[in-house]
Amino acid sequence: MSTKNGPEIPSSEVTPKWLYLNRRKFLAGALGVTAGALAGRTLRELAWPSQKVMAGTKLNVAGKSPFSTTEEVTPYDDVTHYNNFYEFGTAKEDPAKNATHFRTSPWNVKVTGLVEKPRTFSLEELMQLAPLEERIYRHRCVEAWSIVVPWIGYSFNVLLKEVSPQPKAKFVAFESYYSSSQMPLARYGGINFPYVEGLRLDEAMHPLALLCFGMYGETLPNQDGAPVRMVLPWKYGFKSIKSLVQIKLVEKQPDTTWNLSSSSEYGFYSNVNPHVDHPRWSQAKERRLGEFFRRATLMFNGYDQVAPLYAGMDLKKYY
Amino acid sequence: MRKILRSKWIKLTVFVLCLVPLGQLAWRALHHHLTANPIEYITHQTGDWTLIFVVTTLAVTPARKLLQLPELIRFRRMLGLFAFFYGLLHFSTWIGLDKFFDWTEMLHDVRKRPFITVGFTGFALMIPLALTSTAGWIRRLGGKRWLALHRLIYVTGIAGVVHYYWLVKSDVRKPLFYGALVALLLALRVGFWLAGRRGKPAGKALEPKLTTAETA
Repeated sequence: MSTKNGPEIPSSEVTPKWLYLNRRKFLAGALGVTAGALAGRTLRELAWPSQKVMAGTKLNVAGKSPFSTTEEVTPYDDVTHYNNFYEFGTAKEDPAKNATHFRTSPWNVKVTGLVEKPRTFSLEELMQLAPLEERIYRHRCVEAWSIVVPWIGYSFNVLLKEVSPQPKAKFVAFESYYSSSQMPLARYGGINFPYVEGLRLDEAMHPLALLCFGMYGETLPNQDGAPVRMVLPWKYGFKSIKSLVQIKLVEKQPDTTWNLSSSSEYGFYSNVNPHVDHPRWSQAKERRLGEFFRRATLMFNGYDQVAPLYAGMDLKKYY
Repeated sequence: MRKILRSKWIKLTVFVLCLVPLGQLAWRALHHHLTANPIEYITHQTGDWTLIFVVTTLAVTPARKLLQLPELIRFRRMLGLFAFFYGLLHFSTWIGLDKFFDWTEMLHDVRKRPFITVGFTGFALMIPLALTSTAGWIRRLGGKRWLALHRLIYVTGIAGVVHYYWLVKSDVRKPLFYGALVALLLALRVGFWLAGRRGKPAGKALEPKLTTAETA
């Protein structure tokens, strides 16, 4: 998408805050060595070494997207150190620590099932299918917290059109990468792997559904689902599958991981809905990371344009 | 060992050690190291420490008997009060920081959400125990009744574990770990009780316990 109001700097070209902070930390460290007077700061750094930040490769972004929110973007450090990625441990800070050596190259994504042109794409091929856009989306976790992330990718329907779904295809089934040797902690997660997810075909065709390769101007960090993931901003976060390796078009509604784990708590649709509580907690409000007071959760996470997809459906029943 | 346990300074040392988790939280708060979701972090930390102190308190009597170290009783009240203290911090974090004193929402949660109902019960049951923890109250209630009342801590232990188990999404390792500890400590008590019944005529078994409670 091109910009309407003349050239604007995509956030990818602005020095990311963490990088600039890191430079400051480096300077402070250098000063700390030469001048013991800064001992207070250095001691603190010793006690808690600055969190490891994995700089990805810069991505060229075509421009801003009309789908982007103007809300304040959540700091990079929070989005990279507060993750649910059970393959790398169940505590929020685990994936940042344990995904460091995850091998994401070479990477292939197999598109199969009820399509006219089944094909296995290399990551590079996949990234060439359409110009990459930056989309600043709200992201609402089923655990009642939320973040705002500048993702990079293109609408998933580009890929679907490339492989031409057959008329019989009604659903899209997604599968994550899984390797017990690369992900030894997964077996303590309490859910089955590989992680699987699914969408109705019309949901997957919606332009908001993003095939995502990066964030904050760079390729995805491992703990955020490198090298390629889905982002479905109107659904709870767990629907947005990470480290995607297979896409299969099918006739029947596919299994989804959390639904298999606890079907009364996690439905197939799992649209953000403040009126349908999780059996164990309310979904009426959420805590935006970085904010003290909880804010009201919006229907479809504020993405009302998806409402026609669910016209006539009882969303209390199809939660 | 006994000498150390009897010394004047050991109680102060244990007291200070019990404050370390709080100190760590305060330190992290001052240095902005409470993770991306500070309120959740504080809630989880204080909850964890409440359970750790409940388990430790429950461990005093079995440890005293098995290790034949009656001196350990000196620490039971303090540990129990710290369990209450961290439980109070946990509860206050929830009501103050998380719900921001929205009492109606809180009551709604207590009624509607089983994990909160059971957690709240576990905490509420510690209130009478904390209030009657003094020597004066042991005297006023009489040792036998005081002991009976303070067995409520068993319910708190179980409630705490269930609260945790119902709260987690799928990784149940930690709640199961605490659950195993509480189960073991309660089973040991049943064991002692059975052994006591077999060994001594009825009524006598309580006697040594009473005196230790008095001196606690």
